[in-house]
Amino acid sequence: MSILKNVGYWLGLPILLILIWYFATLGDVSTFVPRPLPLWEKFASVWLGENILTDVVPSLGRLVLGLATSIVLGIVLGVLIGSIRAARWLSEPLLEFLRAIPSTIMIPVLLLIIGMNDQMRITVIVLGCLWPVLLNTITGVRSIDEVLSNSAKVYGIRGWKRVWHLVLPGASPSIMAGVRQSLAVGLILMVVSEMFASANGIGTLITNFQNRVAVPEMWSGVLLLGIVGVLLSAILALIQKGVLKWYDGLKAASHGN
Amino acid sequence: MKDMTAPPPVTETQVIRVVKAMRRDRRAQWGPVVLGTAGVLAFLLVWQLYSQFGPISDEFLPYPAQVLSQFFANFAYASFWASVGATLWAWMLGLAISSIAGLVVGVLIGSSRFLRKATFTVLEFLRPIPSVALIPIAALAFGPQLGAELLVIVYGCFFVVLIQTLYGVADVDKVAYETTLTMGMTWLQRARYLVLPTLLPYFITGVRLSATIALILGISAELIIGTDGLGQSVAQAQLNGAPVAMYALIITAGVLGIVINLGARAAERKVLFWHESIRAEVPA
Amino acid sequence: MATDTNGIRSIRGDVRLHVENLSKTYHGRAGAVEAVRSLTFDLHQGEFACLVGPSGSGKTTLLKMISGLLEPTGGIVALDGKRVQGPAKGLAVVFQEYARSLFPWMTVEANVELPLKTAGVPKAERKARVLEALNDVSLGHALKSYPWQLSGGMQQRVAIARAVASRPTVLLMDEPFAAVDAQTRGELEDLVRKVWREHDMTILFITHDIDESVYLGSRVIVLSSSPTVIQDDIAVDLPDERDQISTRALPRFAELRTQVYEEVQFAKTNAGGARVERAA
Repeated sequence: MSILKNVGYWLGLPILLILIWYFATLGDVSTFVPRPLPLWEKFASVWLGENILTDVVPSLGRLVLGLATSIVLGIVLGVLIGSIRAARWLSEPLLEFLRAIPSTIMIPVLLLIIGMNDQMRITVIVLGCLWPVLLNTITGVRSIDEVLSNSAKVYGIRGWKRVWHLVLPGASPSIMAGVRQSLAVGLILMVVSEMFASANGIGTLITNFQNRVAVPEMWSGVLLLGIVGVLLSAILALIQKGVLKWYDGLKAASHGN
Repeated sequence: MKDMTAPPPVTETQVIRVVKAMRRDRRAQWGPVVLGTAGVLAFLLVWQLYSQFGPISDEFLPYPAQVLSQFFANFAYASFWASVGATLWAWMLGLAISSIAGLVVGVLIGSSRFLRKATFTVLEFLRPIPSVALIPIAALAFGPQLGAELLVIVYGCFFVVLIQTLYGVADVDKVAYETTLTMGMTWLQRARYLVLPTLLPYFITGVRLSATIALILGISAELIIGTDGLGQSVAQAQLNGAPVAMYALIITAGVLGIVINLGARAAERKVLFWHESIRAEVPA
Repeated sequence: MATDTNGIRSIRGDVRLHVENLSKTYHGRAGAVEAVRSLTFDLHQGEFACLVGPSGSGKTTLLKMISGLLEPTGGIVALDGKRVQGPAKGLAVVFQEYARSLFPWMTVEANVELPLKTAGVPKAERKARVLEALNDVSLGHALKSYPWQLSGGMQQRVAIARAVASRPTVLLMDEPFAAVDAQTRGELEDLVRKVWREHDMTILFITHDIDESVYLGSRVIVLSSSPTVIQDDIAVDLPDERDQISTRALPRFAELRTQVYEEVQFAKTNAGGARVERAA
């Protein structure tokens, strides 16, 4: 019975809203408001057809590549800077400034330097997604428990072993939070860079539809981006669950006390 | 028996260690400032060298001196300040609207278990939609006007404030709540003495997070739609083939970002300070 | 006595830990604070020495200097004749905050195994030593559990197992049972004594609990309050077989306990450690 109740809660409002939407758009409406049925039709025809290969895959591919690069670079640099006090002092003001720049404003400049190609779009994503991971890694490295760190020192755990067994796992909750932020930024950069300058991609297609005032197609693009956002967040949440299983257990245990 | 109260004679090793420790303390005071400045200068130096000798022509990657002087030169132009002002105005309006809306909706939904469960799926679907996806729609609906930019900013920031507000409402201490019921407090009194103080830190965190998001959303909207502001100025500079201007505007945006970040943190600290001292007066 | 290249006078064969004129002075904005003035003592093979002192007597500072986590301002620490400069091989430490000293992302087995893995012990031997150590502390069944799934007392036992498995020259314990409830404390005290006798270990046990220091130790070293020196060094001549009830009921236990108590009381009110004169 309670499963039914839960399903009711999950689907109730959405179904209600969709019904209201359907009936509200039965008559004449402004061209900018989509109707549910045409929207669904367009969604299927635009995105579930060949455009998957020509646009969706390249877009997501660039995003994933950019994110992966940012994560690796961010963690490596973050561990270095977080572990060496002098490095932190050297880089802190610079990093604080670079991360404050709203990364989309760099798109035109990068277009100039690199040109309108995949390297440019991936670089844009990396330049935006690096900072959350980097700064969160630094914070995570610095926040490692002192007693744990002393235990590691006393038992002779040094160098690479220390990084692998102590620093990386200890900083991982903070790093994951940074990765989540990077995902949000990456999505923004992927879309905006494609809207501004790209030959293919989800953002480009949506802009084309906008230029042709193909309203249902445009909205279908928005819908797709929503689905992409939800899916990527869900995947990240799953990864987090696996990586931070010990952390969740630890917090649950200490809350119980 | 040896007299244990007199300190043993000081050895040379000890003197050296003491001096080292004192030097370490002084280093800790000045280190960050000196090294930090050194880091920035090193960056500028690398930039200069790369621009001069690197693969990219200095037309596309101008020297730091050129960019910095343009950055400062901009201060004399009214059009520059109009641009900055437009970005800031949209930012402020967008932040205000989304914060108030997020707070109100958050309190409403958070206070009712039914509403929380009913709206869960809708919110979880709407939230991850990147606000920039609405840019083409905003462009079609509003054209290059403030409204378009506001749409993008508000949609993005609303959910951030909303989620934080929901956390805050969920954090209201159950025992305290039941106490207010037995005390016969009105809804308004309860809101003032219990709900709002608990909510305040979360709400302020939401506003601080939104402050940065609002800036990047606003500039993105300006970049694509062409609404007045820094984003639009950069796009314009690109069309005019003026790289130095573009770089100078990037630095301007960075400075703006820092100012907003620092301002948001300062505001957060001020409000929370006030909040803590108010908290002391709340009846247990 | 001859002097070797480290400037340390040749030490008698079975001295495991040699501490000589150890001192620590902190320099802050407020000036110099002499935390530890001068500590000199030797720990021989198989000794169970308890270090007691009033709060602020630099017990933890001393432990950090011996384990190489803190650089002394003056003096020498030598482990098996070799100078300690930084964390040394052959030292194991059990900290007071057990929950924070175990790696929460590793199982109990992995936690105990890590120092051995780092030292390059081959896999088969590692697994055997880990199992043996965990069985010693009655946690053989908890191999695959995570530390946070265990109670406080069990977590401290894992920390002890980790120390024991690494077969240290000297085992340092820093108020290990201070954060544990009284009943568990008794069990853990007996566990440490059992492990000490079975493996003929050399232990330096720091505590503020006077009863515990007499119950556990073969020797009680009393520290003065800051600036710290050794105030007294008392041999505990209680029988080797001890248990919580009968040993603590012995008249000799009460005598020793009173003696230590008086020394500590004196230490609290007199800094810098003037010695108490008492009838032999």
